[in-house]
Amino acid sequence: MSGLRQRLVALALVLPLLLFLGVFFAWPLVTMSAEAIPQSVVARGLPRTAAAAAAWDRTTPPTEAMREALVADLRAAPDDQALAGVVQTLNSAKSGYRTLIARTVAALRGGEGPADLAAIDRRWADPAFWRPIAAETANTRPDANLLAALDLRRDEDGTIRSLPEGASANRRILVRTFVIAGLVTLACLLIGLPYAMLMASLEGWRRQVLLAAVLLPLWTSLLVRTAAWFILLQDNGPVNGLLRAVGIGALPLIFNRTGVVVAMTHVLLPFMVLPIYSVLLGIPRNLMQAAGSMGAHPIRAFVEVLLPLSARGIVAGALLVFMAAIGYYITPALIGGPQDQMISSIIAFYALQTANWGMASALGLVLLAITIVLYAVYHRLSVDEPGRA
Amino acid sequence: MTDPFIRLDRVSKAFGGVTVVDDLDLTIGRGEFVSLLGPSGSGKTTILMMLAGFESPTAGTVSLDGARIDRLPPHRRNMGVVFQSYALFPHRTVAENVAFPLRMRGMARPEVAGRVARALDMVQLGAFADRKPAQLSGGQQQRVALARALVFEPAVVLMDEPLGALDKQLREQMQLDIRDIHRRLGLTIVFVTHDQGEALTMSDRVAVFNKGRIEQIATPREIYDHPRTRFVAEFLGETNLIDGVVDRAGAGTATIRVADGTAIEAATHHALASGEAVTVSLRPERLRLSPSAEAPNALPAAVADSVYHGDHIRVRIDAPTGSLIARTPRGAPEWDRGARTFATFAPGDCWVLPR
Repeated sequence: MSGLRQRLVALALVLPLLLFLGVFFAWPLVTMSAEAIPQSVVARGLPRTAAAAAAWDRTTPPTEAMREALVADLRAAPDDQALAGVVQTLNSAKSGYRTLIARTVAALRGGEGPADLAAIDRRWADPAFWRPIAAETANTRPDANLLAALDLRRDEDGTIRSLPEGASANRRILVRTFVIAGLVTLACLLIGLPYAMLMASLEGWRRQVLLAAVLLPLWTSLLVRTAAWFILLQDNGPVNGLLRAVGIGALPLIFNRTGVVVAMTHVLLPFMVLPIYSVLLGIPRNLMQAAGSMGAHPIRAFVEVLLPLSARGIVAGALLVFMAAIGYYITPALIGGPQDQMISSIIAFYALQTANWGMASALGLVLLAITIVLYAVYHRLSVDEPGRA
Repeated sequence: MTDPFIRLDRVSKAFGGVTVVDDLDLTIGRGEFVSLLGPSGSGKTTILMMLAGFESPTAGTVSLDGARIDRLPPHRRNMGVVFQSYALFPHRTVAENVAFPLRMRGMARPEVAGRVARALDMVQLGAFADRKPAQLSGGQQQRVALARALVFEPAVVLMDEPLGALDKQLREQMQLDIRDIHRRLGLTIVFVTHDQGEALTMSDRVAVFNKGRIEQIATPREIYDHPRTRFVAEFLGETNLIDGVVDRAGAGTATIRVADGTAIEAATHHALASGEAVTVSLRPERLRLSPSAEAPNALPAAVADSVYHGDHIRVRIDAPTGSLIARTPRGAPEWDRGARTFATFAPGDCWVLPR
């Protein structure tokens, strides 16, 4: 009995968290994801009719099922406001719906059971007034946005084809996103691995200083760090000033890919260094000594002993950096040029500038799917510890 | 020790201004088993690290078989090292661990396999070749480490408290195993330990370290029976130390007068001068408790404590020279607290140390 009580108490304790996650994470995620599946205003306003009309051939008189469904839909509508969008859409295809819908709704109000639509208004007997409803509810397929996010579309016969060259750039931008994320991951690895090794080999205050140097950026706002790079990388900024001073001369560092990779590498470096560092800390130091005593040159010992033992940290760090990098928005937007915008910029474009929530959501889902797959890989690597006690 | 195989010549090592090894000379013969014994921080492990090449001396030279090695990196020294924490590669199987030094030497695959099999058989782990180290017990892991350090037939095998992490029974078994392997293969072994029992039972010679210097280096028997300094006498086994002044020095014998006036007749092995301050070392097992004072040395004493230890009885007595410890045979009668007795010993039972 006390077991149940304890469980209830535990549940009550985590309830605020669950509510928070539900309201601010799960619900927005689900509703935004649902946006990816296109639904016309008509289909949303008249869901039963839309379902019934799907099987209709659009030339014969409307079927009994369609008429019953429309009656049910109109009765279910809470008020005229709810149908305003439906009327507006249908009117643009064929005029006359405003009065038709208003009269029908008024006639149906209060009644129950089947009603004779043709008796309320003769126009309901005419297939011409049913055709826009069928057309508006049938012309979009549920996967249209998701396919469009990958520059694909379904033909009339249902086969999936690529969009013609130049019609959309989503695929190119996705590839570019991966390329930039890959470059950043590589740069983080090249800097982060030696850094983590140095940090693990030091002790006392030296290690603390190096650790602080990694952690400090994590405690600074992303926007601030990006803004700092925006200043540093200017054509006449400090970095180019230094390059000129040492005789290399100014390099174009801002509004191009170099700048984006430099800034993103700095921002994401901690996610590479920390997993590698933590794995390195767990490797006994005398393994390298043992390898040396057995005749292994330090480089050979590194390749044969230290590298395989730290592989888990390296892979974990690379995945963390890559996962974070593919979602980057602010840094490419501020420091990159038009050819350096990543998938998040396109999502922002659809969501903020064209109010095309469907496409924004579909692209977001693509990004989410990629991230989840990468996370699954990461999780497997961080849970399974083959060969470790 | 006709053949100085390993030679440390005036070696010093300081870490950040702290001298850990202080102007130390040490020679080890080919095929010798030498233990470096001392408390922690006495410099014994640092010596081993300098032999292995993990540390380099601040001053002095280290040579092996006549050639200087102190500037040689570890991988070119051809020394097997056995670590206290085993230092097995966790991502490699037992066989791969043992094969590692052979692969580093570019040995052909079939020969590697043969040598690995023989080395594992030697430590009775042939059946465990395909296991990962984590699947073995501590004793088995240490045997793998031993096989790995021996398989490439190194010039010297260095062992850094290799048995420290094992329980008592396993440790004693491994002591016998290592001694056996040493004899069979004629290896030169330098063995670091802080366990005096281990050092005495395994070694040809024991070097007792204190504060970065060697207090004494000699055979186990010599070092136990004839310690040269008070530190060695105290560090190896238990002893009673009585301070006194030489009253009369004769040939091979001397009378030592203790502060309370007691005179002790002691055999001496080196010349003492009258008036010299000395310490008499008296091992508890050489001290007898007897009802009569008929012995060259007989101190009247009262029993303060008597503890049964199974194979012996440990009696603490209050004598005029201070508190003494005696080990009496298990067959002897139990002592009551406060019982009067005489602590007797022959001149040859005690050992005179300079003070």
